[in-house]
Amino acid sequence: MGRFIVRRLIQMTFVLFAVSIMTFLIFNVIPNGDPAERMAGRQPREAQIEAIRKEWGFDDNIFVQYFTTMKKVFTGDLVSYFTQLPVGEEIVKGLPRTLSLAIGAAILWMFVAICFGLYSAVKAGKFADRFLTIIALIGISMPVFWIGALMNHYLGYKLGWFPNGGYVEFTEDPIDWAYHLILPWTALAILFIGFYSRVLRSNVLDTINEDFVRTARAKGLGERQIMIRHVLRNSMIPIVTLWGLDFGAVVGGGAILTETVFDLQGVGQYAAEAVGQLDVPPVLATTMFAAFFIVLLNAIVDILYAYLDPRIRLQ
Amino acid sequence: MSVGPAPSGDPILTVEELHVSFATEEGVVQAVDGVSLELQPGEVLAVVGESGSGKSVTAMTVMGLTRSPNARFEGTAHYKGTELIDAPEDQLRQIRGAEIAMIFQDPMTSLNPVMKIGDQIVEQIQEHEALPDQQARERAIELLEKVGIPRARERIDNYPFEFSGGMRQRVMIALALSCNPSVLIADEPTTALDVTIQAQILLRMRELRDETGAGIILVTHDLGVVADIADRIAVMYAGRIVEHGTLDEIFYDPQHPYTWGLLGSIARVDRPRPERLPAIAGLPPSLSDRPSGCHFRPRCPHEFAKCVEVPPLESRLEGNREHRDRCWLTAEQKKQLREVRPGEIGLAAKSTGADAA
Repeated sequence: MGRFIVRRLIQMTFVLFAVSIMTFLIFNVIPNGDPAERMAGRQPREAQIEAIRKEWGFDDNIFVQYFTTMKKVFTGDLVSYFTQLPVGEEIVKGLPRTLSLAIGAAILWMFVAICFGLYSAVKAGKFADRFLTIIALIGISMPVFWIGALMNHYLGYKLGWFPNGGYVEFTEDPIDWAYHLILPWTALAILFIGFYSRVLRSNVLDTINEDFVRTARAKGLGERQIMIRHVLRNSMIPIVTLWGLDFGAVVGGGAILTETVFDLQGVGQYAAEAVGQLDVPPVLATTMFAAFFIVLLNAIVDILYAYLDPRIRLQ
Repeated sequence: MSVGPAPSGDPILTVEELHVSFATEEGVVQAVDGVSLELQPGEVLAVVGESGSGKSVTAMTVMGLTRSPNARFEGTAHYKGTELIDAPEDQLRQIRGAEIAMIFQDPMTSLNPVMKIGDQIVEQIQEHEALPDQQARERAIELLEKVGIPRARERIDNYPFEFSGGMRQRVMIALALSCNPSVLIADEPTTALDVTIQAQILLRMRELRDETGAGIILVTHDLGVVADIADRIAVMYAGRIVEHGTLDEIFYDPQHPYTWGLLGSIARVDRPRPERLPAIAGLPPSLSDRPSGCHFRPRCPHEFAKCVEVPPLESRLEGNREHRDRCWLTAEQKKQLREVRPGEIGLAAKSTGADAA
């Protein structure tokens, strides 16, 4: 198990290395023109461009350039030339907000999806199953910015049941923190609930016909125990994989729309604003940040997978 | 050769006129058509037949494992005074695993792959008995030792994939025996195993029968397996029992041509080797579209006019009420027809139009 984890972490480093090369090429090498000029913002002075060129080493060869860029990204030495704010600090400021959103939403969507998916499978073909199928399809079809905006407008602004966007630190007031996040969590979770409950339903229906479920029945176990200990445990394996990957993707940028709609000021919103202004240093940093989370969660999923499915460990 | 108990005792399990049919897209499949069986305590009853003869469905129906919205049941199955066929699920659950236990065909898929084998056994014990974890675990270790798993105390925390097929089937047997059932239904327990492992498993089952006094219903297509362990045999074909008798009766005085065919197609080391192992020509009928009269008629070389009527399962031998069959031929005719070579029982080739041409 220890070796498995170490090997997985080494792999992870290689993937991140590859991503960093891609990012570097995309932002600094492939576009035409002077990278220093692009980075300096609108209507820069000549001296400013020169300073940036010198700082980033754009006159050096490409390998040195890559090295300088990565050094700046990983030491938190980046500064946005539009806002003059240090990029590292902005990301650190946004991270708890993004994580609050992503973790809460992930727990919510997993929990509800298990309930819906299992119930749907147990009632397969009956009215409840069809009803949940339709609900799931609606959930999958609604874009998050649209449902988010509707929630914000009706539940937040018109009815005043929920705060109209914004974020409160967890350490400041946990209840107010959750209160501010209920709508964003729900908006973000709806899509995944629809998707996951469908996947779980079909997994459960496949597993129900397995021989070991018949064995469980022959043992005299109750239906509830059969479903939870034997069917669900085996049906959950692919879902957990998805869960980790989607969580990584949400932290790494999937939450951009939700953060923007509810004005959470997380990393996603920061990235979106930077992209809008063609502000290269924060885009570079947030891209690497996103890649890091996706790769990290991939590795965690693999390790978790080995725990859930003991057959994986030996391989 | 094992000696069966006196057939006059009180049976522990009685199946009477069991009919099972399933509604499918291709029409109604009559899987079991009027099967009656009796099982005495401590006896091994073998139910023999080809795939699709209804033997597994019969066994699983007794356990209530074939229940589904598409299944229809008629007839009765009594276990110690409890009617099983229409018993409510809750009542059946108390019998399953505790009173009647089952071993399935494929040990590779019959255990939960993500649960330790010990937990799977403990789960069953605790379902039926209020036993603390530690005691249930000790019982599981004892059971694993009893079925011949070495280093059971360590192996109990292994997962099924860490065992070979034969070892997994031993785990399945341990599981089945964990609550001291009075009836053990083994559905093709050795089919998926190597021949050497088969023999070990069968030996184990016979020893356990002797120790616990449980009655065993052994469902199999393999007469070789039956010869090792069975006391009585019921031969099934297309949902019906076509012959029923003791081991010796079936092996040395078989009455139904289908039984002759089965016996003739066993590979035997004590006889000169034929060029090719004889097989019964043709295929068993589809259970949704069975021939009228005797179901074996289309494959039987000895078919005659009377065969369009369904022959009842009854004793056709003088002075032997227990040896019953479904064939219209007279006992004298049977004696002649079944000898394909001197002293050797088999089914003659069916002469068809194609052969004549």
